[in-house]
Amino acid sequence: MKKFLIASALLTTSLIAPSHAANYTIDNKGAHASINFKASHMGFSVLTGRFNKLSGTFSYDEANIAASKITVNIDTSSIDSNHAERDKHVRSDDFLDVNKFATAKFVSTKVEDKGNGKLAITGDFTLHGITKSLVIDAVKVGEGDDPWGGYRLGFSGTAKVAMGDFGFKTNFGTVDLDLYIEGIRK
Amino acid sequence: MWKNTELNYGRITKILHWFTALTVFSLFALGFWMVDLTYYSQWYKTAPYWHKSIGILLFLATLFRLIWRATNVSPKALASHTKWEKIGSKIAHLAIYVLLLTLMISGYLISTADERAIEVFTWFEVPALGELFDDQADISGVIHEYLAYTLIAISLLHAVAAIKHHIIDKDDTLKRMI
Repeated sequence: MKKFLIASALLTTSLIAPSHAANYTIDNKGAHASINFKASHMGFSVLTGRFNKLSGTFSYDEANIAASKITVNIDTSSIDSNHAERDKHVRSDDFLDVNKFATAKFVSTKVEDKGNGKLAITGDFTLHGITKSLVIDAVKVGEGDDPWGGYRLGFSGTAKVAMGDFGFKTNFGTVDLDLYIEGIRK
Repeated sequence: MWKNTELNYGRITKILHWFTALTVFSLFALGFWMVDLTYYSQWYKTAPYWHKSIGILLFLATLFRLIWRATNVSPKALASHTKWEKIGSKIAHLAIYVLLLTLMISGYLISTADERAIEVFTWFEVPALGELFDDQADISGVIHEYLAYTLIAISLLHAVAAIKHHIIDKDDTLKRMI
């Protein structure tokens, strides 16, 4: 009987334990977040680069993953492919047109739990002033206390962007995005 | 006569002047054309390569020109020139020198923002100073564009003035530079 009571008490406690939908700020100050891209260079090889400036927030609840949300803003002028002349051209109105479209944005609309820490994050991706649905395949990398008094949670993710959907002068094919997002709990 | 005198420009000065004039207008045309090339143009890489190489060579020639000018006598303005013509031409000449140098510096800053050196044909490289300020390539690009238009405008004014002296005033202003 005693055992049963303890067991019931434990079970009840675990059932009524509050779910922790914690909010996180993406750690751009410490640059523990990056948005990297890969594009085909005319079929010869692959060009890689990244956006150096991004910001955003997310909420994550292990117990209710479907309630998770993420918003990421990307400063399009911060494109860096390790070549000043190429970056200048990519910023021009031949490509990203950053004077007109200074921000690209991803706002999640649906988060699905795929098991084993895997998530499918569907959201509205705005680039070059055009918004399209985009799915990011994400994996939870780790979470826990950091040595400096904060609590961190990080994901990696990949997505394929069909650049032809975004109204550029030239359709430069599919660009692969590799994302590494680490947040500090608010 | 290779050197300047109080009355005439020497051969070196004339060569530098006309070489600069030809180069500036060629670089302007090349630059104006090349910025609209598409990535798939066969000139996409060659045109900027020539533009930068010739620009650096013109910079060296301009440095030599300034040294030559400083160490030589300058021919006196013709007595027939009015006071405002003398002042106006001095201002225009100074503006052309300043524009030439700032134009070259701004061009250098576009290409070296990522610490890449500028290759001058296959002869030598000019090392980069890296990114000295934010958005260096873009800001320098805009400055380079407007300085180029300004230089061309003042050079045309300079040319029109020389032709006016030759045809209307019928004086030796233009002949002295030929």
